[in-house]
Amino acid sequence: MAKSSGVAQVNGLAGQGVKHESAHKHVSGEAVYVDDQLAPANVLYAYVGLSTVAHGRVTRLDLSRVKAAEGVVEILTLDDVPGHKDIGPVFPGDPLMVNEGGEIEFYGQVLFAVAATSQRLARSAARLAEVEYDTLEADVRIEQGLDRNSFVRPSHTQKCGDATQALRDADHRLQGEMHIGGQEQMYLEGQASLCIPAEDDGMLVYTSSQNPTEGQKLIAEVLNVPINRVTVDMRRMGGGFGGKETHANQWACLAALLARKTGRAVKIRLARADDMLATGKRHHFFTRYEVGFNDDGRIAGLDMELSGGCGMSPDLSDAIVDRAMFHSDNAYFLPAAHIVGHRVKTHTVTNTAFRGFGGPQGMVSIENIIDNIARALGRDPLEIRKCNFYGDDDNRNVTHYGQKVEQHIIPDLVDRLEKTSDYQLRRRQITAFNKINTVFKKGLALTPVKFGISFTVTHLNQAGALIHIYTDGSIHLNHGGTEMGQGLFTKVAQIVANEFQVDIDTINCTATRTDKVPNASPTAASSGSDLNGMAARDAAQKIKRRMVMFAVEHFGVREDEVIFADNQVSIGDEVMRFSEFAQLVYMNRVSLSATGYYRTPKIHYDRETAKGRPFYYYANGAAVSEVLIDTLTGENKVLRVDICQDVGDSINPAIDIGQVEGAFIQGMGWLTTEELVWGEDGRLQTMNMAGYKIPAIGDTPPEFNVELLPDSPNLEATIFHSKAVGEPPLMLAISVWSAIRDAISSIKDYRYSPSLDAPATPERILAACEEMQDR
Amino acid sequence: MGFENRVIKFLLNQTEYQLRDIDPNTTVLDYLREHLHFVGTKEGCASGDCGACTVVVGEPCDDKIYYKSINSCITPVGSLHGKQLITVEHLKQGKQLHPVQQAMVNCHGSQCGFCTPGFVMSMFAYRKNNVRPERQSVIEALGGNLCRCTGYKPIIEAAMQMYRSPLEDQFSLAESSVVEKLKAIRQQQATAELSAAGKTYFAPDNVAALADILLKYPQAKLVAGGTDLILDITQFLKEIEVLVSTSRVEELKLVEETESAIELGAAVTYIEARQALIAQYPDLHELIDRLGSRQIRNQGTIGGNVGNASPIGDMPPVLIALGASLVLRRGDESRQIPVEDYFIAYKKTALQDSEFIERIIVPKAKPEVQFRAYKISKRLEDDISASCGAFRLQLDDGLVKSIDIAFGGMAEIPKRATHCEQALIGQPWNDSTVRNAMIELEKDFTPLSDFRASADYRLKVSQNLLYRLYLELQSSAEQMRVTHYG
Ligand SMILES: Cc1cc2nc3c(=O)[nH]c(=O)nc-3n(C[C@H](O)[C@H](O)[C@H](O)COP(=O)(O)OP(=O)(O)OC[C@H]3O[C@@H](n4cnc5c(N)ncnc54)[C@H](O)[C@@H]3O)c2cc1C
Ligand code: FES
Ligand code: FES
Repeated sequence: MAKSSGVAQVNGLAGQGVKHESAHKHVSGEAVYVDDQLAPANVLYAYVGLSTVAHGRVTRLDLSRVKAAEGVVEILTLDDVPGHKDIGPVFPGDPLMVNEGGEIEFYGQVLFAVAATSQRLARSAARLAEVEYDTLEADVRIEQGLDRNSFVRPSHTQKCGDATQALRDADHRLQGEMHIGGQEQMYLEGQASLCIPAEDDGMLVYTSSQNPTEGQKLIAEVLNVPINRVTVDMRRMGGGFGGKETHANQWACLAALLARKTGRAVKIRLARADDMLATGKRHHFFTRYEVGFNDDGRIAGLDMELSGGCGMSPDLSDAIVDRAMFHSDNAYFLPAAHIVGHRVKTHTVTNTAFRGFGGPQGMVSIENIIDNIARALGRDPLEIRKCNFYGDDDNRNVTHYGQKVEQHIIPDLVDRLEKTSDYQLRRRQITAFNKINTVFKKGLALTPVKFGISFTVTHLNQAGALIHIYTDGSIHLNHGGTEMGQGLFTKVAQIVANEFQVDIDTINCTATRTDKVPNASPTAASSGSDLNGMAARDAAQKIKRRMVMFAVEHFGVREDEVIFADNQVSIGDEVMRFSEFAQLVYMNRVSLSATGYYRTPKIHYDRETAKGRPFYYYANGAAVSEVLIDTLTGENKVLRVDICQDVGDSINPAIDIGQVEGAFIQGMGWLTTEELVWGEDGRLQTMNMAGYKIPAIGDTPPEFNVELLPDSPNLEATIFHSKAVGEPPLMLAISVWSAIRDAISSIKDYRYSPSLDAPATPERILAACEEMQDR
Repeated sequence: MGFENRVIKFLLNQTEYQLRDIDPNTTVLDYLREHLHFVGTKEGCASGDCGACTVVVGEPCDDKIYYKSINSCITPVGSLHGKQLITVEHLKQGKQLHPVQQAMVNCHGSQCGFCTPGFVMSMFAYRKNNVRPERQSVIEALGGNLCRCTGYKPIIEAAMQMYRSPLEDQFSLAESSVVEKLKAIRQQQATAELSAAGKTYFAPDNVAALADILLKYPQAKLVAGGTDLILDITQFLKEIEVLVSTSRVEELKLVEETESAIELGAAVTYIEARQALIAQYPDLHELIDRLGSRQIRNQGTIGGNVGNASPIGDMPPVLIALGASLVLRRGDESRQIPVEDYFIAYKKTALQDSEFIERIIVPKAKPEVQFRAYKISKRLEDDISASCGAFRLQLDDGLVKSIDIAFGGMAEIPKRATHCEQALIGQPWNDSTVRNAMIELEKDFTPLSDFRASADYRLKVSQNLLYRLYLELQSSAEQMRVTHYG
């Protein structure tokens, strides 16, 4: 546990499993989301008109019927944009709208926006546009783009050793390919923004966004005003999962433009189907590989090509495909590897961040290979996993991108989980079950996760915070991170509570605002508490230092005689309440306000050489899943899951366990029921919750044991030696997919490895069962 | 229908509200959020799929209130007439959280919190209807509430923990007065009506009045639970001029048992019909509990499931296999037809203008007849079937004496598998007959490929369902469905 003084009187210090700061408001309906915000009088509702072809030129865009529709007040097309017309976050390629004569690159691309007096009138009006296209051929599938060498960004290669030679020399070789489906974020709260025009070209923006700073910058750019005219305010999101990292921007920009044009407040909120059509998802991937391995099961060399389906523009795809490549080793040492990552262009919505950010796709690719090696050698996949782990011996500790694995947590963690989950006993029971059951088969798999923590884009690894202490001792906290349910506000408040040794309810953490903490990074890459927690601690320590120095001077004591504890401050023999002390400090004219700042040390990555230390540290974990499949229908059920996750010294074990459980189920959905289907015309067919199935409550395994690895502080000097937890556990769900393959493999006595693309829907499972039966 | 009838009256918690000038196409969710600025109830999909908009509706039942969870996003405001509406805002008293809310807080049941009000309301209804919690029924009650953050485990725990406080709450204390107020509202008007924005909603309370209104407005849209029809408004932005609700019509709400049949009024919901149907055909238990979600089953009707003539409805194949029939009524005239004759072509039915389904007659079970119904979908809960097969079978001395097989999801209408049946009838019930009949199924159906499943899968899995039937009737040694495990 993090070091708190262990005094029970102080509530909510770091290390305690305190409740989410908004829990009581969530349950009572009092928590305010963007669309709940009381809007100013005369607010207008914006909506968008979307393209109905995947690729083509707009030959006619006639909005006269839209203009004439009931309730319509204003219309916006690309010509009306005074500033930038492209909102690509890193590279250009994301036009805000497409005009007559312009090129459409996905089905559902924004053509225009309309503002009307109600949400329904705006939506209805937006459907009245008369649009004609010269349709062009659309690449909808990755292979189509790949065949054409159509990429949104240049390919990148990471190498170590001589993979060709290693493959040649290996005892065995296997090759294969695999499709990995994408995933819709399906934040329960859809994209929403409310823009209120202000004087001096100002704009106050409430937006459900993981990236208020980027939203602020882009809004300023489209409005053609300096950034300081725009303020973004973000209290909480109803889920983000990466889907609001860059894809919240467009809606906020459109609403801001309409607000400027009309001089009225404008709200925009996408209906679910349009949200699903017009915003990006997790990248689908197509992976090809050849692996060489020896009789002992160890990988000798790997040649792997990872092709990410990026959609029509770069968005964040460079970093996402990089992260897939960085995780194509997962927890395994690759003595020789040649890893190529392609960023394939398709005529679909540009894909974007989603919890794991490419990592899951890289990881499932290597786990597929490990299973295949195991079957080829007739061994339990767990044995193959174990013998390939990174370790200190034999120099098996450097990744294919040159980072040394310094803390070897996985071998012991896996041993521990193998025991606590009764893996070996259950393995025998399941084999016996499968011998006597013809229709139902059970599968078991243990898979590890080693996930690199830090933004791989180095400059993003910085954060700021702002703390004020008022004269009644109440503390106001702001930081650059956003709250999307992950408990960031709670954790950062605990960190500040810990510094001052005061109850957590002394601290009020208010909306993330660009005018309080500027130039913030997106809340992403699991970095929220690592970065913002450190920045907030820095601010707290600055104020605390001033308070201490004041006490030293004022009371004539030594520094170490000033102690913050139990909501009090003792100064020599004197003890006063924290609030009294704050008042005293104020009366003596010492500033009780400070900003804090942090940047992650040690990290670097050189794209030229494809070597470096992109990650400050790794977060580790492992899961054992047991599944049941019906070989007549492909229906399946996860029966039991055991997880052990390394979160370092947890700042809040209750929140961390919540993150682990939630991420696991989300990952399980990605690999089982969540299937994105596009028509040949490039239209997303699974564009609502009726067609796209995220896990429901009955999918939660009846037995679901989650443990945080005890006594395992982060060796790096992170905040209280904790580790990030947001993304890593999502990939624990690979154990479910692997267990399904294990069950299928049992049909032929585990002699063959089934090919099973993700997601493993009942249909794919049935097909794989039949293929297995025919072998 | 005098002018004084043109009002919808309901209780918002304890307070009577009267609606006169609200567009009858307005949903309860939009009414709450946009008209009353009661924004605790959330919109996640506006299509009944996520449960974020769940509210609880109370209806008098003898001297008690029966509380049920519904999706406010697909419920027209007019349907509130004579009911009590409870939203998440009504649970907390002063600073005191309701036991359901407190349990959610204690168990860390919320992360982003957006799904939470909906969960709280579903759990509230559950707690009102069950004296103690049980994992399976909790899951049944919450299957229509999606959470993207928590993975559900803490929510299941909260549903257990919410029973630690006494069941009595502010609603039980007010129950008798609410019953009285609601009964008074219900007695005031034979037909409740809402007219505004050029649109009208009628909710008659007897079948003769219903028949009259439909004669008078042949273009009217019948609405029962609305779980299908209202999506036209929220998803396709249609404006429906005349809505005629069956949900108050007393005769259509009856579940009656005759010597040979169960007779279901067309406005009987799944939950209301469940007991009677399962008593006859225990195997329907699984299908009904997997049809839609609890909210959908609370609102949705079997009449609506037949009425919408969807090729993917789950009850039509069941009703066809069971040899059920429909009583159709137009004005004073009634006729009876077999369910399978109701479906003519894609979304085209035997219904004439102004005609409606009055009753569904389901023959009772016979001891010598076996019945099974199987639903196949990507997700086990709350998902539309890729294929749904229903089988009724009588064996005599090892031979197939009678067989009825019907499928949903396999053709443009719910349909009987005639060739397959022919291959079975009179044959010995054995592996080779069944395998042969499975092949025959290819003559019965050329299913479509869509995002739910490919044509190949639909056909293969439907064939295999027949094989599952065979195995299930063979022995009870192997549990034959994944839903039986865990
Ligand atoms: C989230 C969700 C999940 C669902 N899951 C399933 C599922 O798993 N399986 C399934 O089968 N369905 C499912 N449905 C569809 C729908 O809920 C059911 O078909 C339901 O039974 C419809 O009943 P209702 O009373 O709500 O119909 P309504 O929407 O009221 O009416 C449906 C249609 O029937 C007509 N109609 C209603 N009553 C009559 C009558 N008496 N005479 C003639 N016509 C009439 C209406 O005019 C309308 O066209 C789902 C729907 C949703 C929103
Ligand atoms: S908003 Fe999703 S079910 Fe109503
Ligand atoms: S808490 Fe976020 S959706 Fe449930």
